[in-house]
Amino acid sequence: MSTSTVDRLEGKRRDARSEASARPISRAEGWRRRGPLLPALIFTVIVTQLPFLLTIWYSLHSRNLLRPESDLFVGLRNYLDIARDSTFRQTALNSVVITLGCVLVAMILGIVLALLLDRPFFGRSVARTMLITPFLVMPVATSVLWSIALLNPTYGLFNWVLGVFGLEAVDWTSTYPLIAILMALVWQWTPFMMLLVLAGLQAQPKDVLEAASVDGAGTWLTFRLITLPHLRRYIELGVLLGIIYVVNTFDQIYLMTAGGPGTASANLPFYIYQRAFLGFDIGQAAAMGVVVVIATIIVASAALRLIFRSFEVKE
Amino acid sequence: MSVAAPVVAPNVADARRETNRRFSGGLLTTLTWLLAIGFFFPVAWMALTAFKQENQAASDPPTWFFTPTLDQFRAVLEGGSMVYVGNSVIATGVSTVLVLLLGVPAAYALSIRPVKKVSDVLFFFISTKMLPVVAVIVPIYVIAGQLKVLDNIWTLVILYTAMNLPIAVWMMRSFFIEVPGEVLEAASIDGAGLMRTMRSVLLPMVAPGIAATALICVIFAWNEFFFALNLTASQAATVPVLIVSTMTSEGLFLARLCAAALLASLPVILAGWIAQKQLVRGLSMGAIK
Repeated sequence: MSTSTVDRLEGKRRDARSEASARPISRAEGWRRRGPLLPALIFTVIVTQLPFLLTIWYSLHSRNLLRPESDLFVGLRNYLDIARDSTFRQTALNSVVITLGCVLVAMILGIVLALLLDRPFFGRSVARTMLITPFLVMPVATSVLWSIALLNPTYGLFNWVLGVFGLEAVDWTSTYPLIAILMALVWQWTPFMMLLVLAGLQAQPKDVLEAASVDGAGTWLTFRLITLPHLRRYIELGVLLGIIYVVNTFDQIYLMTAGGPGTASANLPFYIYQRAFLGFDIGQAAAMGVVVVIATIIVASAALRLIFRSFEVKE
Repeated sequence: MSVAAPVVAPNVADARRETNRRFSGGLLTTLTWLLAIGFFFPVAWMALTAFKQENQAASDPPTWFFTPTLDQFRAVLEGGSMVYVGNSVIATGVSTVLVLLLGVPAAYALSIRPVKKVSDVLFFFISTKMLPVVAVIVPIYVIAGQLKVLDNIWTLVILYTAMNLPIAVWMMRSFFIEVPGEVLEAASIDGAGLMRTMRSVLLPMVAPGIAATALICVIFAWNEFFFALNLTASQAATVPVLIVSTMTSEGLFLARLCAAALLASLPVILAGWIAQKQLVRGLSMGAIK
């Protein structure tokens, strides 16, 4: 979206506001307006918020699915256990490394690819189609593809390539599990970033670029002074949405390394899954879920402010 | 680049710049193609492997030339996989329809005839997307167990609807907002009632938006694995679960695994290829046109 659109929308928002305050909506009209919204709102509250309230409730209990009779109120003990749990700290750190690593590398690659695609050349749409494909492959299939077909120590394609260059074969998923997971994730998320940045490039006002070139600004100068500031919103949005999605990564970890060796490549979603469905420790898993949500709320409220500020929440 | 320009006669300088430009242009195009091929290659390799015999698939060095065979696809389709496909189709299709039935009116109430506190409601919807799934999986599992709906496809339908509804509301709203107010006013002056305006003026105008929203919902629901893994067993398992069980039970059958993975990914790949434009808008929840 170009800056002018944003300005126009903000203008519209102001108009709508002043109009609404000038003519107060009657009570009946208010309900008529709310009517179409309510089913979706109620559905979302029931399906997403009620389970979370239960999560809080469970987190105050010691409860094991294998021993249903053992349900005990324990106050904050689960939280104290988490504070002492070094595995929890490690998986939290892994979550941060995986999320930020993937989002930043994918964004840099995405910007490069978007810039390359933003110039006319023969077969451009075919190249773009090829480049978005990794994002469309089912994540479960991606995991299979990377862990077995590409990174397998005996017949994986990567090690064959290393062999061609005279290097030794590497057992990627057990020697460098985080790097193996990051490779698969970056491969999947780069097209996402590329598409967002490309949309930003194509929304650049052409007259400004022409004016810059008439004024004798070189390619690099134009990019730094005009294109990059224009892209900022798109890059911010890409990073933000990327974080929201990538922090929940489960499929690749479950299938490529199973969090191993040990818990070397486990992130929080995977660790909580293990505690709940392999350890059947509902209280602990729930308490970890609550901690994750609190952390997410802190990050997300900053993030949401960003979305609302830089993108069209027009009323 | 243009430092030498004042010394050289203008037409020579122009010609040289032109040659320079062409050369660097060619270089960039080559680079672009190399990267495109590099990114696409793993998918191509998966497709290639799916047409191999097992001993060719897991060979060292890799087999590049071979007689393609459809054996693996046959094996995948014969092995009772239709149950999984059926479940995936129900979970994806029904949840997408439900999302649209709930989401389109909600988006209408957040744009054309807005309720009060629109941004609070929008804030609420998007914040549910930020709630980590792991934080709710435990109670959902326990409740589903008590209601005896574990391993039931309708459980997935409801969860996928909730998963996609916020995205759909945001996205549909971005389409509704583009409808010019004059059109709706004109319809009401012409005496068209609310339902009539909806049906014959509004819906046709936002139909492309509905299609784009449906596409995004289909992609996310079809690929979803976490809920499917934890809440289904044999009755309601979906396609991603099938791939994983193929992987663990027949891990050595790489070619068959690739055939299954390719077939499973194909619907979304094709849909994404066809609807590239809508993809951007959907992925950004309507923020980017």
